[in-house]
Amino acid sequence: MVNYYVRRTARVFATVFAVMSVTFGLIRLLPGGPYSQLRAQLLRSGVPAEQVNQQIENLQNIRPDAPLWEQYINYMVSVLQLNLGQSISKGDPVVEILAQAAPWTIFIVVVSTVLMFAFGIVLGALQAYKEGSKFDGIVSTFSMAGMSIPFYVIAILALLVFSYRLGWFPPSGTADSSIDNYWSLAFFVSVLKHAALPVFAYTITGIGSQALAMRGNSIQVLGQDFVEVARLRGLSDTRISTRYVARNAILPMYTGFLLLLGFRLGGTIILEYIFNYPGLGYYMLEGLNGNDYPLMMGTFLVITVALVVGVYIADLTYSKIDPRISAGDSREAY
Amino acid sequence: MKHTETDAPADGFDWHAESSDVELTRGERFWEFYEHRVYQPMLIAWSDLRTRIGLVVIAFYLLLALIGELGLWRAPSTSQAPRLLGMFENMAYPLGTTSAGVDLTAAIIHSTSDILLMVLAGGVWATGVALLVGVFAGYKGGMIDNILMSVSDFFMAIPGLPLVIILAITFSPENPIFVGVILTINYWAGLGRSLRSQVLTIREDSYVEASRTMGVSTWQIMVKDIIPNLMPYVTVNFVFAARYTIFASVGLYFLGVLPYSTQTWGVTLARAQANGALFVPDAAHWLIAPMIAIVGLALGLILLGQGMDKVFNPRVRTRLAGESETTEEGEDDSITGGTL
Repeated sequence: MVNYYVRRTARVFATVFAVMSVTFGLIRLLPGGPYSQLRAQLLRSGVPAEQVNQQIENLQNIRPDAPLWEQYINYMVSVLQLNLGQSISKGDPVVEILAQAAPWTIFIVVVSTVLMFAFGIVLGALQAYKEGSKFDGIVSTFSMAGMSIPFYVIAILALLVFSYRLGWFPPSGTADSSIDNYWSLAFFVSVLKHAALPVFAYTITGIGSQALAMRGNSIQVLGQDFVEVARLRGLSDTRISTRYVARNAILPMYTGFLLLLGFRLGGTIILEYIFNYPGLGYYMLEGLNGNDYPLMMGTFLVITVALVVGVYIADLTYSKIDPRISAGDSREAY
Repeated sequence: MKHTETDAPADGFDWHAESSDVELTRGERFWEFYEHRVYQPMLIAWSDLRTRIGLVVIAFYLLLALIGELGLWRAPSTSQAPRLLGMFENMAYPLGTTSAGVDLTAAIIHSTSDILLMVLAGGVWATGVALLVGVFAGYKGGMIDNILMSVSDFFMAIPGLPLVIILAITFSPENPIFVGVILTINYWAGLGRSLRSQVLTIREDSYVEASRTMGVSTWQIMVKDIIPNLMPYVTVNFVFAARYTIFASVGLYFLGVLPYSTQTWGVTLARAQANGALFVPDAAHWLIAPMIAIVGLALGLILLGQGMDKVFNPRVRTRLAGESETTEEGEDDSITGGTL
């Protein structure tokens, strides 16, 4: 029986490897072959064929005339060396562009997801506690309404109202570019101001479904015998609600959290487009619109790896909270 | 829902004692089928306020699609109306017009049928594949389980929207059904996994074991014993998959990633943004109109899904009464997909 952590770590590498292979395959699948368009363009402008091949090889580490397996191996090796090729439209190495973009995206996704869960859990727990009350009904109604609004609708409306009409928040960018000192308070405030609307839009629409899930789970846990026994033992309400109910009610929401992470990372493409927020999603769309395949596929790969690592971290910490996970040998906990 | 009387005996192998004793005429059978599968579910569905509202909303969208398909409302075209009319300013153009003089009502009505097809395709694909994978992996176990779960783990590891975008530019899908399938291409993975873990508990239940001992085929057990138990969960998640399809499709049309021939809601939204509806106060309705269409449909679906749970819940169904006590089972279903 191999250790859980060893197997879990091995799976991360296996997944990343598989995703890299798929990326390679997709590059070849893209319309008109990988670089036929660029190639034709260069040839037409009088660049000798040999030089064209060389240039394309530099761009994506794919030598067009090599056999497929050789291209594949070359691609994999260079990606492992953190060489994702060169952006056609920007002229910089893709890795450099993405290294600047990634922290912003992770910042937005992590902050909004944590906020969403915190609000959802508190609201859901209160609802369960006061089940059937007016408060419960009102919050449930709002939750359902929230679930039927996509985040980009809120994003556009927030931009319209708070940015263009009221002028409270800047409509684009990650921070005020006139501030040079990255460690000053002014810079920090500017970052928060720029992130406020994206985070708001990304958080508010997710709270509803989390609250509903938490409410359902809590009501189920509240009806169980061990809660009754805890009451009979005369434990305080705070202890029962935090240690007995909340803990058990939050656990099932965890699987949902893992999946949500992927959808939320992916959703940043739309979010960052609306707010002109230069994170990963923004550059993926840039690459797409500029026929800049290295940038696009590089971003795709980085977003995927970010997700795999995120799920990995969540998985490891989860097994700390729920002893059943590391004791058993699978992620299933039913 | 276990074996009900309406279940036909397994072909060639008659293990239903009662069904061999009492021969039902075709008319009686039809009547019973109608009673159990159509009339009673509808009665329960209608008894719930949420479902009632949901059904009315969905019916309204179907009506819009029909109006569009039958050509009862003018088709959208430029300069068909005064420019930038606000909402309800001129009742001939209730939702207002764009800066190019396109009737927004027409633009929304004429893309409704495409959206509905897309949503149906996305929902059916996502839940269908998930059901197949989940039930098969969970019931069979062993090798098949391992392989299927590795595959779905892989699909779960790829963030949905970026993959969809790459597939969208690779295949440039125009057929709404194909678009729906592409949008939910890896949505099934998470749902399949949670269905599997439910099957793992169901397959140990005594009535499933009874069927196994009686020599009922694996296929029959899956269809008659296991899947009915999953139906409440599947319906709720069908609705969530459908909602995801709407949100993702509008989002991608908005980004301009999907090719389009008709002005879908996302395209309208994108045009509004491109024409400065964010800063021009007179053009705000241009953004609002498609938003209402999106949110309305999603709300209808969610209300329907919340209420449909009751229809599939046999305990509630046998009571048949409107004042059935609230069973909390549907509410704890966590969503296995994305919120966009």
